[in-house]
Amino acid sequence: MSTFDTIPKTQQEALVETLLRLADDRLILGHRISEWAGHGPELEEDLALANIALDMIGHASALYTYAAELEGKADEDYYAYFRDDIDFKNIALCELPRGDFAFTIARIFLFSTFSYFLYQKLIDIVEDEQFNGMLQKHFKEIKYHLRHSREWVLRLGDGTEESHQKIQEAFDEIWMYSGEMFDLDEADQVAIQNNLFVDTSDFREEWEKLVVDTLEEATLNVPDMEQYMFSGSRQGRHTEHLGRLLAEMQFLRRSYPDADWK
Amino acid sequence: MTENSTENTEWPLWEVFYQPKDGKPFEHAGSVHAADAEMALQNARDTYARRSEGIAFWVVPSDQIVASTPEDVGPFFDPANDKPYRHPQFYSVPRAVKKRK
Repeated sequence: MSTFDTIPKTQQEALVETLLRLADDRLILGHRISEWAGHGPELEEDLALANIALDMIGHASALYTYAAELEGKADEDYYAYFRDDIDFKNIALCELPRGDFAFTIARIFLFSTFSYFLYQKLIDIVEDEQFNGMLQKHFKEIKYHLRHSREWVLRLGDGTEESHQKIQEAFDEIWMYSGEMFDLDEADQVAIQNNLFVDTSDFREEWEKLVVDTLEEATLNVPDMEQYMFSGSRQGRHTEHLGRLLAEMQFLRRSYPDADWK
Repeated sequence: MTENSTENTEWPLWEVFYQPKDGKPFEHAGSVHAADAEMALQNARDTYARRSEGIAFWVVPSDQIVASTPEDVGPFFDPANDKPYRHPQFYSVPRAVKKRK
């Protein structure tokens, strides 16, 4: 189903749409984090970021595989390599350029905090066994992403003058892209009715509390929660950055569609 | 080369020990750099525990480990071959124990 089609009508369409939304966020952010490979500030952090990127791409891969099975597509690669930016349902937070280390940490922290609460609630309500199994498996890794990025927020914020300034700037810059995590459209409403998604406002306070507590502990100013928020990515209105990312990510597969590792 | 090129800007070194299974002794896995204990644990996890190698970690600042020196090899590790009374072969083994072998 492409983005400008009508909203899901059946339980299965709603499930596919939910799987793709979750997967697209994770594929695109995983790709961005993978851009750190070989450029991490220390060898150990290089490994940590590569692991987080692999986890996210792995989550996306599992979700796509299930969607492909339901939709009768050949395989997971169809979704990753043969869709245009307008068909991608990820939020803009995930597609913004790599940024510096502070920006990377701020982004992983906000996204993992959101994923943490979302998966926690989803595990309780999703009846589809295969989907629920994935959520439980991935939840363990999300907890680690949250722990890792939270510890870094504390250290950068309460670290040197320079690290404090950089992580503060990162949060100030990324904040307007955090609202999209909580936006719900008609497709989400259908998913919610089918016990495939949760009303994100149910955990928004918990999310805010964890974020605010962490920023305060890190001696950082919490950005204005009421400021203008970017929106529309889930409906295909992306920033200019996604097209470039896809051009790089997809070109090999599109140029040589039958290429394989041999 | 800048003037500071000889200055050590690396994080301190930590030794990593992992426990393969419940009840088993911890084994040395290797070392990691980290600015503090929590990050040392995380780096240990990322470096040595991605393939279910163990269930628990110890991290210890490397400079806190007291090690014997190569010169200690004599007094510390000299085998007891010249002290036969330390070996148990002079005791006769009961027949029941022998059978079980």
